[in-house]
Amino acid sequence: MSMTTSLDVGSLALSLAMAAAAGLVGCFAVMRKMTLAADALSHVALPGIGLAILLRANPLVGAIATLAAGTILIWAVERHTGISTETIVGVVFSVALAVGTMITPGEALIDALFGGAGKISSIEVVAGLAAAIAIVVFIAMKRHELVVTLVSPEIALTCGIDVSRLNLMYLLTFALTVALGLRYLGVLLMGSLMIIPAATARRLASNLRAMFSISAAVAVLSTLAGTYIASVMNRQTGPVIISAAGALFFLSLVRPREA
Amino acid sequence: MPASETINRSKRVDKVLEVENLGVSFGTLEVFSALTFSVESGTSLAVIGPNGAGKSVLFRALIGAQKYDGVVRWAPGVRIGYVPQKLDIERDLPLTGRDFLRAKAAVAKVGKDAIDRALERVGIARDVITRPIGAMSGGQFQRLLVAFALVGDPDVLMLDEPAAGVDAPGQEQLAEMLHGLRESKGVTLMVISHDLSVVFRHATNVICLAHGLRCIGAPREVLTPATLNQIYGTEVGFHVHDHLA
Repeated sequence: MSMTTSLDVGSLALSLAMAAAAGLVGCFAVMRKMTLAADALSHVALPGIGLAILLRANPLVGAIATLAAGTILIWAVERHTGISTETIVGVVFSVALAVGTMITPGEALIDALFGGAGKISSIEVVAGLAAAIAIVVFIAMKRHELVVTLVSPEIALTCGIDVSRLNLMYLLTFALTVALGLRYLGVLLMGSLMIIPAATARRLASNLRAMFSISAAVAVLSTLAGTYIASVMNRQTGPVIISAAGALFFLSLVRPREA
Repeated sequence: MPASETINRSKRVDKVLEVENLGVSFGTLEVFSALTFSVESGTSLAVIGPNGAGKSVLFRALIGAQKYDGVVRWAPGVRIGYVPQKLDIERDLPLTGRDFLRAKAAVAKVGKDAIDRALERVGIARDVITRPIGAMSGGQFQRLLVAFALVGDPDVLMLDEPAAGVDAPGQEQLAEMLHGLRESKGVTLMVISHDLSVVFRHATNVICLAHGLRCIGAPREVLTPATLNQIYGTEVGFHVHDHLA
């Protein structure tokens, strides 16, 4: 097997692991009614990418830095002011998109916005797979606390759950998942891979386990189909993946609701 | 007297909660202030007052969900089961009653048998908990919340109008179950209620909150026509009967 082929296989494996993680993390974003906020959260990576390119550093490092900073900012402002997540995101992340667009060089801007930048190194593949596994383990271990908190933060407090810390951990996990998918989907579309599969699952599932399974499956299937179709049609991968996810969502509308 | 009985009796008079000079304000609006009381283990405390007097705010302050001034001191290691007044659950949330109870069992680190015991106590049919929680009736969901609070054998149950939305036979069953728990297991009850007859019958102590007024004491001392008139601003009568409202 040639080096190129093994890297392509690694890239595909990473994209599928990223999709599964995105599907799982997205479930709680959809159930917590933070879909718009979650989608816009990915935009905060753009100034980091632009800054990293200007400083000739790895764009992903810049993206992770601004995503982490943006996440902590949203958590802190929400905690201390009581302003809703949606409102904070509407202000902070729209500004981030504007600033990022200003400082990102033109030729790199399209890749940053929609994904599809070059080959992925084997180190990136290994680090990415480790991050995807960590994300899945986090959701598996914290799902019960997240469930109680989404039903009632007050009840969660009486169960001994540190709600504020859990919220921060979830937002950071969300940000890490966004960072994982930036190479493939860019800052504009990555949030969609976390929201659309979960929204599809919410329509089809009647319990939590089904929600997780359907959401992860829709995200992986969309990524697989999108990657294949994009390579055949010689198109950018990100928009095709999201189009596939969107098609599955609209297909789910055909099924009538049970309840 | 056997040693075990001595221990049990001494445990019953321990304070599970001490509150000193508790006050809550929203900006310049003072909800209540300088509230001082304590709750002894195995007793029943009722909180009464008109709408908007701050009863639910008091509970939220006690569990740490609301900023406050003063001191709230729970006994070390005390387990609290809390049933809020109202939850806004979306009808299509793919979360069943079983998912919800399993989450509590996992967080409380207890087995699934704890779920079965809680369900039996509140009288929920097995098939009901397989439904999404948003699709349950108000009464079914209220029972589920009580069952959730019971999983993990709490030392204190805090219930904010627990019988709201529950049918009349269900209210009676719920009242019997709660006070049975207090008598058999020494569970401390803290209940916000509008049913003064139930408060009169079951409460060890009563806190009344009204705008600019508060009183604390045994039901016979507090639930007098003059005090009730002051609290509610009108004449209030009540009958002693068994159900919980």
